Amino acid sequence: MVYKKRLDNRGFDEARKIEAKVGVIKKADGSAYFKFGNTWAYAAVYGPRNLFPRFLQDPSKGILRCNYNMMPFSSSEDRVRPGGSRRSKEISRVTAHALLPVLNLDEYPNSVVDVFIELPETEAGSRTAGINAASMALADAGLLMKDLVSSVSVGRVDDKLVVDLDYAEESYPDGPVADIPLAVMPNSGKITLLQMDGLVSKEQLKEVIKMGKKACNQIYEIQKKALKDKYPKHSAGDNNE
Amino acid sequence: MNEDLREHIITLLNSDKRLDGRKPLEYRKPLNIEYGFTKTADGSAKVILGETEVLVGIKMEIGEPYPDRQDEGTIIVGAELIPLSNPNFESGPPGIQAVELARVVDRGIRESSTLDFKKLCIKKGEDIWRVAIDIVTLNDAGNLFDASALGAYAALQNTVFPKFEDGKIIRKEKTTKKLPLKNVPVSVTVCKIGSKFIVDPTSEEEKVIDARLTVASIEDGTLCALQKGGEYALTEEEIAQMLEIGIEKGNELRGALKNG
Repeated sequence: MVYKKRLDNRGFDEARKIEAKVGVIKKADGSAYFKFGNTWAYAAVYGPRNLFPRFLQDPSKGILRCNYNMMPFSSSEDRVRPGGSRRSKEISRVTAHALLPVLNLDEYPNSVVDVFIELPETEAGSRTAGINAASMALADAGLLMKDLVSSVSVGRVDDKLVVDLDYAEESYPDGPVADIPLAVMPNSGKITLLQMDGLVSKEQLKEVIKMGKKACNQIYEIQKKALKDKYPKHSAGDNNE
Repeated sequence: MNEDLREHIITLLNSDKRLDGRKPLEYRKPLNIEYGFTKTADGSAKVILGETEVLVGIKMEIGEPYPDRQDEGTIIVGAELIPLSNPNFESGPPGIQAVELARVVDRGIRESSTLDFKKLCIKKGEDIWRVAIDIVTLNDAGNLFDASALGAYAALQNTVFPKFEDGKIIRKEKTTKKLPLKNVPVSVTVCKIGSKFIVDPTSEEEKVIDARLTVASIEDGTLCALQKGGEYALTEEEIAQMLEIGIEKGNELRGALKNG
């Protein structure tokens, strides 16, 4: 069978409905949420702040700590047991590595920047939604950044290359599927997250990364708009304030 | 530093005022409940109380009955004070504060008899429904007790049973059947600072509280759960006053819930 039309009628290069907002957790130094359809990630940034226990401190620079966590009721399957899993630990780690290239923490020796990513509702693509929210939250916290990070998962469903797989596509029964979470620094075009599971040819991978970068550029615009919406007086072209 | 803050708060309270301009027995505004914020839960509610925001989600599970209650389902309440919601919260297993919060919310619901546990029995001695109520803090700006209890009840109101077939839950299909709820328990935490009582403390006020009493009651004023906290003792007269305040303010909180 051939995958002719996406199950939810989207174009093959079209992400699910995106919603983004900055400044959603008042206690945090920076915060945002990002939604891909029914996948919803909150991110909060605390820091730079003192890092304890002290043996974790790096006297030459600050460190970035990310924690990805699904809320107990956030899966369409059974309740997620609180306390983290091997999966959430790995995602926390690749998330930190996806974000680090845009940060400069040299000015903050012995300190930590904590990024907490929490998901109230998930339906595939949660790590990429988390990275998008975290990148906006870091900017909202006022940290020095070279670029934002924009992220989407791309992949293959049967004979088609697609952007932003949803849950039904990830578990498409009638053909091979590949799921490729990707994160990009939109201004340099460099890639900070690349994972893949499934079957795909070299040529397909190159092609689908191009599609992903294009989608990330659109996501980047949405992230920028959400940031500007929180800081209307500081928007570009409005320097009179 | 807390000593100065405490003195300042008491001075204000002596003229019936608070740091944020409220009266001593006034809840923050807005007080909003958003039902069904997440589709992955079987029921959910988000409570916004001033700047405090709490999420409550419910997953219906199949379990085995307790040995001494072979024909009754049950509830299980968890609370996660996630580090996203407050710079002082840490990752890791629930601390004592989270455990107390979960247990106080559990008792307020369980003891009110709002849920008929017998109706949550599927097959006596074998299968029962277990209602897993999970509280997750989104922004802790004080008074998690009352916001969480309100959210837990609202999430129960929002819950529908998933489909149950051949001893298994079919997660993809939901029914239209709601949980059988009778009473409407709400919790009001009355706090004592110096000789004054307040409700709905902010994070600053919580730092200087001498004692607190969480009063869970149902519509007719019957009490269903209590929890005293704080390092200072209370007199009988003080407790009597706090109960009055708890019941009266409870009626106000009930107004924020959807009917039926």
